[in-house]
Amino acid sequence: MIAHTIFFYVFSIIAVISAIMVTVSKNTVHSVFFLILDFISISCLFIMIGAEFLGMIMLIVYVGAVAVLFLFVVMMLNVAQQKNQWFISKDNSKHIPVGLIISTIIFFELIIVIGGWKYKPDLFNAVGLNSSDEISNTHSLGQVLYTDYIHIFQISGMILLIAMIGAIVLTFRQREGVKKQSYVKQISRERSEGVELLEVPSNRGIKIDD
Amino acid sequence: MEYIDIIFQETYKILFLLVPVLVSVAMIVWLDRRVWAFVQKRQGPNVVGPFGLLQSLADALKYIFKEIIIPASSNKIIFILAPIITMTLALIAWAVIPFSEEQVLANINVGILYIFAVSSLGVYGIIMGGWASNSKYPFLGAIRSAAQMVSYEVSIGIIIINVLLCVGSLNLNDIVIAQKNMWFIVPLFPMFVIFFISALAETNRPPFDLPEAEAELVAGYQTEYSGMMYAMFWLGEYANILLMCALGSILFLGGWLSPIELYPFNLIPGAVWLIFKILFLFMLFALVKAIVPRYRYDQLMRLGWKIFLPFSLIYVVLTASYLFYFNLLPKI
Repeated sequence: MIAHTIFFYVFSIIAVISAIMVTVSKNTVHSVFFLILDFISISCLFIMIGAEFLGMIMLIVYVGAVAVLFLFVVMMLNVAQQKNQWFISKDNSKHIPVGLIISTIIFFELIIVIGGWKYKPDLFNAVGLNSSDEISNTHSLGQVLYTDYIHIFQISGMILLIAMIGAIVLTFRQREGVKKQSYVKQISRERSEGVELLEVPSNRGIKIDD
Repeated sequence: MEYIDIIFQETYKILFLLVPVLVSVAMIVWLDRRVWAFVQKRQGPNVVGPFGLLQSLADALKYIFKEIIIPASSNKIIFILAPIITMTLALIAWAVIPFSEEQVLANINVGILYIFAVSSLGVYGIIMGGWASNSKYPFLGAIRSAAQMVSYEVSIGIIIINVLLCVGSLNLNDIVIAQKNMWFIVPLFPMFVIFFISALAETNRPPFDLPEAEAELVAGYQTEYSGMMYAMFWLGEYANILLMCALGSILFLGGWLSPIELYPFNLIPGAVWLIFKILFLFMLFALVKAIVPRYRYDQLMRLGWKIFLPFSLIYVVLTASYLFYFNLLPKI
């Protein structure tokens, strides 16, 4: 039990410190790396409370895919410079009230959720999640996700699909006059149309039309 | 006292797993170079030790004694962290590989997800190395590699879903035991082919070695690395290749199961069978490296997103409907 406690505190301290560093560090790429560290330590915490499926999915989706794209954007767009300017400039405290309001709202939401779960245990049972030791939590998640909550599950899938299509539509631009390599054209080229054997007359050569 | 005992035992187990893995990584590098040489009618490394077996050790010694150069304009912490992360991630995934029903370091419920998660983290070693070098070629290589690994991970994930539909558990030992009657390579053969090609792309092996395409990018993300740091990238890469071979043999070739359940074959321990299967897959990897020319980048992306992804998705639907129709879906 002592080891469990020690590990819990280690991971939560890392999570909190890296979360602070995300906002404080001056280099944007460092911020993203701290965000990744935060995701990893939080998934470790998930695994420690026995939600190993959630922890692994967190690693795969957030760290393995989302954060990579974050890194891409940050590295390519050179956000670092903008952030530096923002740090130096006078009006860098303009965003603080907005941030405070949003974080208080999130804080109260968390209190409602955690308080509800802590003081009304039947709230947890109402979800219908089977939390016995006999079946793994992957199975018990699947049992409710694909039966009781199938509509919500499908709707969230649809929302993601719409977001994906929207992103593609927004960025898709048909440009004129761009030379493209057509894969089909390249592999369907025959020898007969590519190579020609010619009898070269001596001292005259041949004219190649290009 | 109790804790110290546990830590001592676990360390012993981990060493017993990691030392063979590292030694076999060194051997596999030698094997790779030999196979490559034989296909091209060369000799390959054959001077150091019998058949050149000690070549990798000699190389390792050379790397250890070389100077580590850290570019002045690099981001030093991340530059040093990158090879460490690559190496660590390549090694920690071995914790869940079952060598027989009992011989597994951590028999966790979500073993396959763990391997998938660790291999998807492998991108970071490369992208960090490429970015921290603060140089053009490494950065281009890192970006290519990240895009490539993320794309092929998607198809590997869907292939794993195919296998999981037939097993009904995420535990690697359960996956192996589910193949007792028939290895999954028989019903899921197209998936095995796609898995093999995706694994090539995932581990940046030829013909998909665009991140380190020496004709265009010098050596990709490892251009600025030297000495032991370069060697760590290289070891991590080969450890990842071995891991992918192990994953392929567990998912499709029956893991530690023996091919025939008859008297003389039963006596051979499961670990030997698993090693044979890993070696078989690795020979395929080495042969592909020797005989297939490198892909162009747009062809690579097209193959991943427009061919493998739809095909494996359709196969998921087919597998699911087949299992559902014949009432073969695994019960909990």
